[in-house]
Amino acid sequence: MATKLEKPIMVKDEKGLSPWKIAFDRLKKNKLAIMGLIILVILLLLAITAPLITIHHPYHINSANKYQSPSNEHWLGTDELGRDTFSRLIYGSRVSLSVGLVSTGIAVIIGVTLGSIAGYIGGFLDNSIMRLVDIFMCFPFFVMAITIAALTGPSIWIIMIISGILSWPRIARIVRAEILSIKQREFIEAARALGLNSRDIIIKHVLPNIFAPIIVFATLGMAGGILAEAGLSFLGMGVKQPQSSWGNMLEAARSMRSLRLHWWLWIPPGIMVFITILSINFLGDGLRDALDPKLKK
Amino acid sequence: MRKYIIRRLLILIPVLIGISVIIFALIHNMPGDPYSHMIDPNLTQEDKATMLEAIGANDPLPVKYYKWISRAITGDLGYSIRYQEPVTDILKRRIFNTLLLSVAAFILSAVIAIPLAVISSTKQYSIFDYMVTVLAFIGLSIPAFFFALLMVKFLAFDLGLFPISGMYSIGSGYEGFKHFLNVLHHMALPLIVLTFISLAGLMRYTRSAMLEVLSQDYIRTARAKGLSERVVIYKHALRNGLIPVITILSLSLGFLLSGAILTETVFVWPGMGTLAFQAILNRDYPLIISCTMIFALTVLMANLFADIMYAIVDPRIRYD
Repeated sequence: MATKLEKPIMVKDEKGLSPWKIAFDRLKKNKLAIMGLIILVILLLLAITAPLITIHHPYHINSANKYQSPSNEHWLGTDELGRDTFSRLIYGSRVSLSVGLVSTGIAVIIGVTLGSIAGYIGGFLDNSIMRLVDIFMCFPFFVMAITIAALTGPSIWIIMIISGILSWPRIARIVRAEILSIKQREFIEAARALGLNSRDIIIKHVLPNIFAPIIVFATLGMAGGILAEAGLSFLGMGVKQPQSSWGNMLEAARSMRSLRLHWWLWIPPGIMVFITILSINFLGDGLRDALDPKLKK
Repeated sequence: MRKYIIRRLLILIPVLIGISVIIFALIHNMPGDPYSHMIDPNLTQEDKATMLEAIGANDPLPVKYYKWISRAITGDLGYSIRYQEPVTDILKRRIFNTLLLSVAAFILSAVIAIPLAVISSTKQYSIFDYMVTVLAFIGLSIPAFFFALLMVKFLAFDLGLFPISGMYSIGSGYEGFKHFLNVLHHMALPLIVLTFISLAGLMRYTRSAMLEVLSQDYIRTARAKGLSERVVIYKHALRNGLIPVITILSLSLGFLLSGAILTETVFVWPGMGTLAFQAILNRDYPLIISCTMIFALTVLMANLFADIMYAIVDPRIRYD
């Protein structure tokens, strides 16, 4: 996709363009990516301003008002305890988005650290880290996640940690491969000749050159975190009531009756997850094309 | 080539041991008493203690691990605490069900995805290409279990086209061909869900692999020497374009076999996924660890198979 878009920009104004500016200009041309970015910003704003948007408190129980279908008073009806579904949906976005962000953060920190050690130092450390990557790569995600959640008891923090710990190997692999190729370049040799130690070389000279794949991974990785939250909470192994998340709202659909009759309880959170992941995928794909056309899935 | 395969197989051993140690340690730290199902509640406290001592419930973890692994190597995976029968017997029944579903989904998704992706790559930026891309993005973004729930709600409940859950109608007494049709009917919805989900990734990957090949110099050469577009695409481009696709195909088989826990749970399909989930809920240690190891082994074998296939079809890959 990128090939057709690159040409006019490169020719237009070559002087004074930073790599970031070039990448951003390329990204701007990608309508889907911009759409994804806009939707994500809107979702983020909704999450932040949740108390201003919603009229009803998400935890407010009203047993006289169970299973109401959508109305002017309750835009998306009420659940089995008479709580307002719309409020729970908006507040739920806080949980889902923060799980996505924090779990990706954990994965990036672990993955980049171990990946750069493996790639830059090599030898025995490289071998051990890569075997660890092999081990983590073939863990069946949900089976492991449910086991750990059963071990520790369900909570939002546990989901963030599980999802982060289970998804760092991919970024570690990418970082290691990038570092292996950068290590051979002259400017690293120059830095070494100047007497810098490995830590400074990695942080100041190597990592800035591999920002692009890290950013792409982090964007797409958020989708994984949100999906993990939705799946785990759906199975009753995630965010606990009364706190609401898109995943534990979807849990309503595990009751055959609600699945059949009370669509407003589980279809809206499902659609929210879908829209969020779709936007992340659009943006991530656009970023990949814009930052580094060589990169592929 | 043989050396390469043997070396790859040898590397698997430490990886498998690593996985089993981690899983073993995790599972044995789970709270709850798995033995409460096993022991007659009328027994006295002392009898209970001696029984637990006899089956090794109080052994330290490394001893337990040693006992387990030395039996597992001989194919004895222990005794399910919940189902009161050997784990291997339960697995034999369940693995077939999961294989049936995932292999069918695998074949179906490959048969649909590859032609669609090839056509869409040859008509880049056309409406067809656009539709395929959007479809792929939807498949990549929709949570499989949510898609499954929508299917159950609309196709099974509202329209009544398909059964809601299970693998066959219990108590129908169907035999032979009728039983087969009954299973097929139950299989339809989970099959649609799994196919659609794995279709999406396959389609995107094949499309970009084809696009890359189509921009190569030798394709221009083939066109320049006057070959018809059909020969250029289906003889020169397709063969090269499908090489990387083999990798993602093998990986997606591993994913289908090991990743169906949520889809199987929604459809109450009696496969490995529901088995693993139930086992975790029941604290059925021998069953959890066996399921997890099988899932891990499946992914490992799929990766290995991908690498070997890759080395076979692409002579440029060196084996060392």
